[in-house]
Amino acid sequence: MSLLQVKDLSISFGGVKAVDGVSFDVEPGEVFTLVGPNGAGKSTIFNLISRLYEPGGGRIIFDGEDITGRPAHDVAGLGIARTFQNIELFDHSSVLQNLLIGRHCRRDTRWFEELFFLPKVRRSEREHRRQVEEVIDFLDLAAYRDKLIAGLPYGVRKVVEIARALSSEPKLILLDEPASGLSVEETQNMAWWIEDMQKDLGLTVLMVEHDMSLVSRVSNRVLAVAEGRPLAMGTAAEVQADPKVIEAYLGTEETA
Amino acid sequence: MDILQLLVSGIANGCIYGLLALGFVLIYKASEAVNFAQGDMMMLGAFLGVTFINASYADLPFLIGITLAALLLGLFGYLLDRFVLRAIFGQPQFAMVILTIALGFLIRFVAGVIWGHDPTSLETPFVGQVWMLGELMIPVVDAVIILTTVGLTSILYFFFARTRLGVAMQASSQNQMAAYYMGIPVKRINAIVWALSGVVAAIAGVLFAAKGAVEPSVGLLFGIKAFAAAVIGGLGSLPGALLGGLLVGIVEPFAGRYLPEVGQIAPYLLMLVVLVLRPGGLFAQISQKKV
Repeated sequence: MSLLQVKDLSISFGGVKAVDGVSFDVEPGEVFTLVGPNGAGKSTIFNLISRLYEPGGGRIIFDGEDITGRPAHDVAGLGIARTFQNIELFDHSSVLQNLLIGRHCRRDTRWFEELFFLPKVRRSEREHRRQVEEVIDFLDLAAYRDKLIAGLPYGVRKVVEIARALSSEPKLILLDEPASGLSVEETQNMAWWIEDMQKDLGLTVLMVEHDMSLVSRVSNRVLAVAEGRPLAMGTAAEVQADPKVIEAYLGTEETA
Repeated sequence: MDILQLLVSGIANGCIYGLLALGFVLIYKASEAVNFAQGDMMMLGAFLGVTFINASYADLPFLIGITLAALLLGLFGYLLDRFVLRAIFGQPQFAMVILTIALGFLIRFVAGVIWGHDPTSLETPFVGQVWMLGELMIPVVDAVIILTTVGLTSILYFFFARTRLGVAMQASSQNQMAAYYMGIPVKRINAIVWALSGVVAAIAGVLFAAKGAVEPSVGLLFGIKAFAAAVIGGLGSLPGALLGGLLVGIVEPFAGRYLPEVGQIAPYLLMLVVLVLRPGGLFAQISQKKV
């Protein structure tokens, strides 16, 4: 069964149909990529799935459960984590603190136990720290563990955001333009990490990305969207060769 | 000896300023706007304390009275956020500034109708008592104020450092959007922050009424001085707010004694000096942007 089913999703802002009848299924363990020109509605689809926007129509089913009516703060606990196009980290905290807050949705101790730091709390804090250290090892962030986010280079922050998402033990991770603003070398590393997330951690990845070399390299399937509507679905090569996709990017012969 | 005596009274006053400044900072961190009704909430807490504790009203023991006042004003803060402030969620910051100024007027007016405009004092079991430390006179009420402040701030420290709720509050004050995706219900957290600032305001108010007299307009001037204290500490820092409160509290009696001409404006003068030397306040939260 599909891990994520998006059925006939739509949303309007004022008179503009930002997403208009988009449907797709993401299978467990695959890397599924959304591509399309700017303003196609890719990030809006992400914001709908992570429940920041209320859809005008359609349904979102995750892991067999309809999450269309769930509030945004439930999403992390269900097993969906995400990163943002314009990095949204806790800037005045260290890398370690950012990853630990990623485990917020997995904490289950009570406030009075926490206030007195009872043995039960100590045990669970150690366990959270262990999980976070695994993520730090996985993404090679040990050198930055105690650094404040505000002082870190852009490329490192992008990785920290992925690390924070992984800390919440997600089943599905949404990556919003993971390679935007990265150097060629950093994009290369990003591709490895996405492959590792898929192969070593068994994660399902839903990604929005413009860099077609990265898209071709890591994606199992690609969905092209333009003006809020789906255009073509298939492998990266199939989608790139589709005449409708070429038209959406370059315009028709008469207008181009 | 004179100096020590002034210092004791200054520290006790400073503790109340500090608690009130703490309320300013809590709200500022949660909503990124200043709650100009904070002083009036303190006044309301003081009157609640008077109502629960004074013999002419409910005549309850001091500890029970202060607890009830704190709980009631906490509930008031929660409901204020839930039903009044959430209506302007997402509006520009000045909307909240205007709204809280108006709330202040409203609270002062209602308090005047309920409790009248004559200064009222809280009847405490330790009124007028002093401890002698050599030649130094320590009024018991000052000792109670200082100890309560130390106790309350230690609880708050452990709350923010250790509990899931406290950490969630810190997270949503740094980045609301990201906090949502960590599984933090940001709006509910904001309401709880308002409740917490209500509790702190009530305790500050009861302590204030134990030391002096309370009447409906008392929160206005006191609140502005506490706001100055929060700015001195670097609006956004909890330890800074306490330190700022202590500084304002200590500067006031000394200025009144040795420089009577500037006595009234001493807290603002101090704020001015701090802002010139350290524009972000003593515990600045803002860092210079790298380019």
